[in-house]
Amino acid sequence: MQQVVSGLAQGSIYASLALALVLIYRATDVLNFAQGEMATFTTYVAWSLMDNGLSFWPAFAVTLVVAFVGGAAVERVLIRPVEHRPEIVIVIVTIGLLIALNGLTGWIWGPEVKAFDSPFPLRTIDVAGVVISLQDLGVLAVCLITVALLWAFFRFTTLGLVMRAVANSQDSSRLLGVRVGWMLALGWGLAAVLGAVAGMMAAPALTLDPNLMLVVLIYSFAAAVLGGIDSPVGAVVGGLVLGVVINLLGTYVDFIGGELRLPAALTVLLLVLLIRPQGLFGHRVVTRV
Amino acid sequence: MPKIAPLTVLKYVSVLALAVFIAFLPQIFDARLDAASAEFRVGQFTLVGIWFVALLGLNLLTGYNGQISLGHGAFVGLGAYVAALLSLGRPGLELYMLDPPSWMPIGDGMRPVFTIPIAALVTGVIGLLFGFPALRLGGVSLALATLAVAVSFPIIMKRFDEFTGGGGGINLNLPTTPFGWDISTRHWLYYEAWVTAGIVFLIAWLLVRGRVGRAWRSIRDGEVAAVSSGVNSALYKTLAFGVSSAFAGAAGALLAIEVAYVNPDTFPVALSILLLASVVIGGLGSLIGALFGSLLYVFLPIYSQNPPLVSWDFSNQAPAVVFGAFLIVIMLLLPGGVVGGLRRLGFFLRGLGARRPRAQTAEPLTSGTDGD
Amino acid sequence: MPLLELRDVRARYGPIRALHGVSLTVDEGDVVALLGANGAGKTTTLRSVSNMVRTNGEIVFDGRRLTRRSPEFVARQGIAHVPEGRGLFPELSVWENLRMGARGRLASKEAERVIEAFPWIERRRDQHAATLSGGEQQMLALARALASKPRLLMLDEPSLGLAPTVVRELFGIVRRLNEEEGLTVLVVEQNATIALGLASRAYVLEVGKVAVEGTSDELERHEAVRKSYLGY
Repeated sequence: MQQVVSGLAQGSIYASLALALVLIYRATDVLNFAQGEMATFTTYVAWSLMDNGLSFWPAFAVTLVVAFVGGAAVERVLIRPVEHRPEIVIVIVTIGLLIALNGLTGWIWGPEVKAFDSPFPLRTIDVAGVVISLQDLGVLAVCLITVALLWAFFRFTTLGLVMRAVANSQDSSRLLGVRVGWMLALGWGLAAVLGAVAGMMAAPALTLDPNLMLVVLIYSFAAAVLGGIDSPVGAVVGGLVLGVVINLLGTYVDFIGGELRLPAALTVLLLVLLIRPQGLFGHRVVTRV
Repeated sequence: MPKIAPLTVLKYVSVLALAVFIAFLPQIFDARLDAASAEFRVGQFTLVGIWFVALLGLNLLTGYNGQISLGHGAFVGLGAYVAALLSLGRPGLELYMLDPPSWMPIGDGMRPVFTIPIAALVTGVIGLLFGFPALRLGGVSLALATLAVAVSFPIIMKRFDEFTGGGGGINLNLPTTPFGWDISTRHWLYYEAWVTAGIVFLIAWLLVRGRVGRAWRSIRDGEVAAVSSGVNSALYKTLAFGVSSAFAGAAGALLAIEVAYVNPDTFPVALSILLLASVVIGGLGSLIGALFGSLLYVFLPIYSQNPPLVSWDFSNQAPAVVFGAFLIVIMLLLPGGVVGGLRRLGFFLRGLGARRPRAQTAEPLTSGTDGD
Repeated sequence: MPLLELRDVRARYGPIRALHGVSLTVDEGDVVALLGANGAGKTTTLRSVSNMVRTNGEIVFDGRRLTRRSPEFVARQGIAHVPEGRGLFPELSVWENLRMGARGRLASKEAERVIEAFPWIERRRDQHAATLSGGEQQMLALARALASKPRLLMLDEPSLGLAPTVVRELFGIVRRLNEEEGLTVLVVEQNATIALGLASRAYVLEVGKVAVEGTSDELERHEAVRKSYLGY
């Protein structure tokens, strides 16, 4: 049971990043390979803030703003010019961004591992005989709250409605006078915020180094594909399910043990792509027609 | 008798000249540098040759056939391990307390040079097998799937350490010049790499200018149209995977021989990503682009850490930033890579107004259809 | 001064030229029809106004040049373009589609107006737009276009795929809007009879150019038009 909870906590991190991927994919039809590195970068920003005296939650808030602006900037500066080019060009631009950001992070902050303190107490509590770590609960709570807030934004606000419309059809939105470009930048900004949350929640457990989110990104790809690349619900469910399943498999199946978790998740990814490419909840397949 | 355009003659002549230059490069170094530096340079250019082989493969798959692969490094690694196992043989492996399963046809050890074609064959077959499920994936899905392979490779190699040597890797015997020939080992390795490169280049060239190449390009430019004109896309796409993996395997074997050591961390996912970056920057859809890519791959890290004119010492992260930035800039401005840029320059200089350089045609990345 | 004026407009889809120099005017308060066979360039003309295709030439709306501006800009000038295919958001509900007509901010007064004209919308607010019938979709598209209180309404083949009764209802609504509120309308139609019944003036396009123009009376009496487009 404890494994289930920590699986859920891990899964919520995957879910957040997967949701960011899905958000961008729905809005701009782009699979952002650099989502993880963007998250790592913003997590380092948080680290710097805390290193300079800020406590966790204020640093958290400031980082989210930075992430938002950064994400929007990336869309306008890098993605906009290549929006209409063939798929391979856009994939390569995001890969270029991945490479560059990875290097930049290491350059600015150095490649040594840094300690990232968790905002949650390191105790465990006993719930009906099951030992659960507060850290896990905290991560799960923060991620789910973020996702819920985002859901509420899209469902209940005007801006959210407009963004949903843009994701549905850019052309139709244009004909109604919507400034589609800004909406796309907004989408990327929100996705970056999700990534930042995922990064800051993952850092305490995984320790902070430039490759922090690279592995998480892979899991998130698997989660997003599992849930359906164009389904936000799918991303969240996929992330949580994947987190739990991988954790359980790792603990109870010897063959997989601690080392083969990632390949196990990737096998899931491959199987989904081959057998049911639209995932559990999705409608579209991960390719531009 | 078909008329040969002067441009084509120029191309053949320059390729030939390049080949001659490469053949005499070690001598040039020997003549102009002290012994240690010459050795070093020859070693560097051996690596260029090795990566050239790998990138030729990737170019065929992604540039000519349009299938994005983020897993090429894994095939290079596979080739390296095959070469290592074969060259040591069971007796050699025993010395390292490695015990491969009995179903593996590892003999008693062989001359390293013979492991190259065998490694190529083995990886080629595995690539072919990979090509089948890949048929169901396209574009980004394929990129994800190959990324999955690249990420898993080092992990799996570490896990099955009974015959891969796990994290510690396998040490091969130090390379020696075979048959008692009278050249230094360094030079022998150099020529081993470049002769392989030459053979591979020839194979690639023949494929590209023939029916296979045309089929590949037509699939890249529009699979639906290609299929309706009768191209068997399944056959050619799988073939592309097989050929490109075979080339990667050959490169891996060369690498294993050259470095005399294989270990999972030599083939991380970053390798696959950087290989793709290199071939794109060099120029997809052009065989010579792979050469630019390999030069970039070998020399960029060195020069971006210690740029010749600037006296700072950038951290060792600079190469990544530069690589990434290059990649983005190239995609934005010059999708044809270095080769594409040279082509445009050529057109500009020749004043050919008919072919406008800014034409956004169906193949923005590939700057030629004749595959030189 | 006409509300909308096109002068020698040329448009192309990539290498294919679709309009070879179209000139037309639409006066305020008028209903103008664009007629012609399939491929004549009617839809392209509307798309040129909205700048959804590469256009050369002059397009002036209410004294403002529209050429080379973005589709968003054109829409914000007060031009509501209901495209062929209606351009609804299939995954959004009826009401959400409607709200999008005013870029998400639908004032309650406007909402009332729309419900008055299309009462069924109130009843089906939360239904997914993709599940509506063809006629309902067209009505919704029209309602949405009106939600932004446009000065010019451009309709592309509104009668396409609809039953005659629905078409009559639709055109009746448009006529009322024109007569009671002075809404200017530019309608593209293959169904020349019903278009000429609604419009006061019309242009006939053939192969990307204006072939015939005049009042609808003139066109109804024009021999070639009668033979090719009116069927008698």
